[in-house]
Order: sequence, then C-alpha cells, then structure tokens
Amino acid sequence: MSENRHFRSWLQAHRESAVDSLVRLWRHRLGSLMTLSVIGIALLLPALLLTGVNALSGLSDGLRDSARITLYLRDDLTDEEQQTLRDSLASDTRISEWLYISPEQAAREFARYSGFADVISVLPRNPLPATVELLPADSEPEAVERLARGMADRPQVEDLQVDLDWVQRLATLMELGRRLSLALATIIAVAVVFIVGNTIRLAIESRRDEIMVVKLIGGTDAFVARPFLYTGALYGLGGGLLGALLLWLLYRLIEPPLQQLSAQYGDGSLSATASTPFPLVLIGLLAISTVLGWLGAQLSVRRHLHAIEPD
Amino acid sequence: MIRFDHVAKQYPGGHVALRGVNFELADGEMAFVTGRSGAGKSTLLKLIMRMEISSRGQVIVDGRNLARLPRRQIPLLRRRIGVVFQDHQLLYDRSVFDNVMLPLRITGHDRRDAARRVRAALDKVGLLGKERLNPIALSGGEQQRVGIARAVVNRPRFILADEPTGNLDPELSAEIMSLFEQFNHIGVSVLIASHDLRLIRRMKHRILTLDDGRLTGAGTTSRSGRHE
Repeated sequence: MSENRHFRSWLQAHRESAVDSLVRLWRHRLGSLMTLSVIGIALLLPALLLTGVNALSGLSDGLRDSARITLYLRDDLTDEEQQTLRDSLASDTRISEWLYISPEQAAREFARYSGFADVISVLPRNPLPATVELLPADSEPEAVERLARGMADRPQVEDLQVDLDWVQRLATLMELGRRLSLALATIIAVAVVFIVGNTIRLAIESRRDEIMVVKLIGGTDAFVARPFLYTGALYGLGGGLLGALLLWLLYRLIEPPLQQLSAQYGDGSLSATASTPFPLVLIGLLAISTVLGWLGAQLSVRRHLHAIEPD
Repeated sequence: MIRFDHVAKQYPGGHVALRGVNFELADGEMAFVTGRSGAGKSTLLKLIMRMEISSRGQVIVDGRNLARLPRRQIPLLRRRIGVVFQDHQLLYDRSVFDNVMLPLRITGHDRRDAARRVRAALDKVGLLGKERLNPIALSGGEQQRVGIARAVVNRPRFILADEPTGNLDPELSAEIMSLFEQFNHIGVSVLIASHDLRLIRRMKHRILTLDDGRLTGAGTTSRSGRHE
C-alpha cells in the first residue's frame, strides 16, 4: 500500500517536472528552437558521414565478391598438361567458379571489345595466351592471396594477376572513413554536452530566486535538479529529432542517384540504408542525443545548483 | 523544542552576530525576538533553519544538534519549519494557489489531498477567493498572508517569521500577528523576529531582546505557553 503510494507520488513528481520543462521550452520557443537547431545540425554531421561510409562499404562488400584471379598459362602446354590443370581446378574446393579462355577466344573478345580487330589479323600469330579466370570461394583478401600463391607455384602457370589490390585499398579507405567519422562523432558528442550544459546553466541562473525559495522550504537537491535534467534530456531529444529529420531529407535527396549508380554497377549493393535500416539509425540517434542532453544538464546541475544556497 | 546552548556566531570577515545565546522555545510556545537591526535577530532564525552554522555552542531542534546534521537531511529539517519572510519570497511566475502548493509538491503529496489542504490554508488566511490570481496583483498584506499560508500548508511543528509586519501599517500588522496566534492556538510553536515593540508588548508572549549579539532579559515577560 505505502509502497504503491510512494511510487505514485514519485511518478507524479516526475510527470510534473517533465510537463513543467516542456511548458518552459514552449514559452521560450524561439530560444529553444535555436538551441535545438544547433544540436540537430551538430548531430547531423557525424550521422551523415557515417551513413556515407556505410553506403560505400556496402559497395566495397559487393566488389569484394568479385575478387578474381587471372592465370596466364604457358604457351607451350601439351594437352595433358592442360587437362591436369583443369582437373585440379575442378576438384579444388577453394575455387567456386573458373573459366578457361583459349587464345582464340581471347583474340575474338579482344577484337570485339577493343575495336582493334585489324591489329590482331595483321599479326603473324595470335599473341594472346590462354587464360583461366578463377572466382575464389572465400573472398577474404588473405584467402585470395593464399590461393593465388598456390596457383603461381603450378608449372603450367606463366604468370597471374589478382584483382584485389584496389579492393583492399578501398577497404582501407573505408576503415579510415569509419574511424574519422567516429572521432568526429565523439567530438560532436562532447560539444552537445557542453551546449546543453551551458543552456541549463543560464536556465538555473534565471531561476535562482525560485531555487532559493524551494531549498528554504525543504526541497531536496534532487527535487530542484529534476526539471533541469528533464529540460536537458528534452533538448537532446528535440535536437536528435531535428537531426534525424534533416538526415531523412538528405536520404531522400541522395537515394535516387545512388540507386541509379547501383543499377549501372550491376548489383543493388549501393544504398544509403543498406547496412543499417533507417528506423534503427533514427532510434539510435534519438537515444544517444537524449542521453547527451541529460548528461549536459547533469554536468551543469552538479556545478551550479549546489552553489545556490539561501542566505 | 528549539534550544540554543551558548551559541556564538562569527561571520567570515570577523563580524560577530551572536555572543553566547541561551534560550529555549518550548513545544507550543509563542515568543518574539526583538532588538535593533544588526542585533542578531536574523542570524538567530537562520541558525534554526540551518542556513548558517553556529561558530560555538549548540543549536538543537527536536533533539538534533544542527551542527551535526548531514547535508542531505537539511530539507527534512526545513519541512518541519514553516518560514515567513519580510519580503514574502513568493514566486511571481505562478498563481497564489501554486505558490501555496509548492511545499506539498516538494513532499510529493497526493494531488487531490494537496489541493484540499491548499484551499484550507488559503481559507484560514482569508484569501480563498484569490487563489487563481498572480500574487503580484495582491496588496502587501495579502501577499504576506499568501506567505503564511505557504508556511503552514505542510502543518509544520514550528513557524519562524522574520519581520513579517515590516512593511505593513499597524492595523494590517495586528491582523497578521493574530493570525500567527491562531496557529499557536492549535499547537504550533511560533518564533517571530520583530522590532515593532508597541505591537508585540500588547501581546502576552515572551519577548527575547537581543543587544549586540547578547540576550538581555530573556524570559522576563510572563513565560506563557499557549494563549488561553
């Protein structure tokens, strides 16, 4: 019974503080809106960068699947030697697909795609070697590398080429981008805490008389602090909402060309929302910004509220 | 019960406000503290509110030595004391009703019960019809009554008042004082700092006179308990 009553009065106190904070934000809506905008735009920056990196990393994942090894076979292979190679490729589980391209096929393709058909016909003999294109079963760069080394050791193979270098480079770039955006996000988070902290400091200052009276008639520190903590959390939530709205608008803006680019590329891996669905981004942004606002208020309350003592 | 035991108070900077004050305010007693301004009246009240701490001696409220009261228990002490200020200390961003409601919000009272109590307190000070107004719209005397309603709404054991009639004309002052007497009748201990000697001599209560931080003639007037 009594516990229930305590809970109800606790709930009532929190509801009153939350409503009171909302009413105050509304009463000073122009100033509130400016603070919210600063927070929202600040949060938008790292969110946008992270989104971009995510979209590109979706692209690099798609590219990684296309990591392939091209074997250039020796000119003087006998049919048996060729057959041995084909058999060993067919039974190799590390290879998902392979394709033998004879010198004649290579010459035809060259003629068709390069437009230099005449050049080939002029030459006394076909200069193109027979090639085998391999698609590794495991597209991890290390596995591909290992497979390539194994292939290079084969006597039938004159030379080989791994289309991996620039995929790796892209992956490194992605990692760089991810770390940069996390660093930026951390800096922005600290900035948001200070922005809210300073706004709350001003709010505390402007309600100094009230705080003094409340302390004089027996208000606890928690009671005095509560509306300010709610205000801070509301600043965070509102700023987060604004940031999320801007982010969504930007999504809408960049998604069509992104899709187009993706279609031109051949697979649908390029999308701003590919790796993280938008509602999740939204919820994450709101949760983080609310916590940041609350933290800023907490910081300010600890520094300034306790300093106000009735005299 | 409030007891001062050889209490001295020296402020940082050297000003000595109280020099060895001894007195006791019994439960249900009403008394006045008087003296010239600067004699230490306000300091005496602030010590009871634990707004200041004595430099020497002990201030004891309901058996608790305030110098040893942990910071987090100060609010609980203040909830037992209804306090009235010369300048009312009302909040002008809310109605009379909400001003009087404040102590009950602090203690987390059930809202409906709290509203009943607020109306009862306003009724007692004769302001029931003005609960929706902003206190700024009220006269000085009325504002002081709002302050009194706020001080008693939580049914405190003690009422402290610092020059509650300081800005009021004699007639209003007498009304305010009789209001304090009414609360004393129902068992609340009342301690009022006032320099309005003519007024307080007419009322048959103990008068503590402070002179340069010392009590002179404490308890010389009839040590009346409740006003029968």
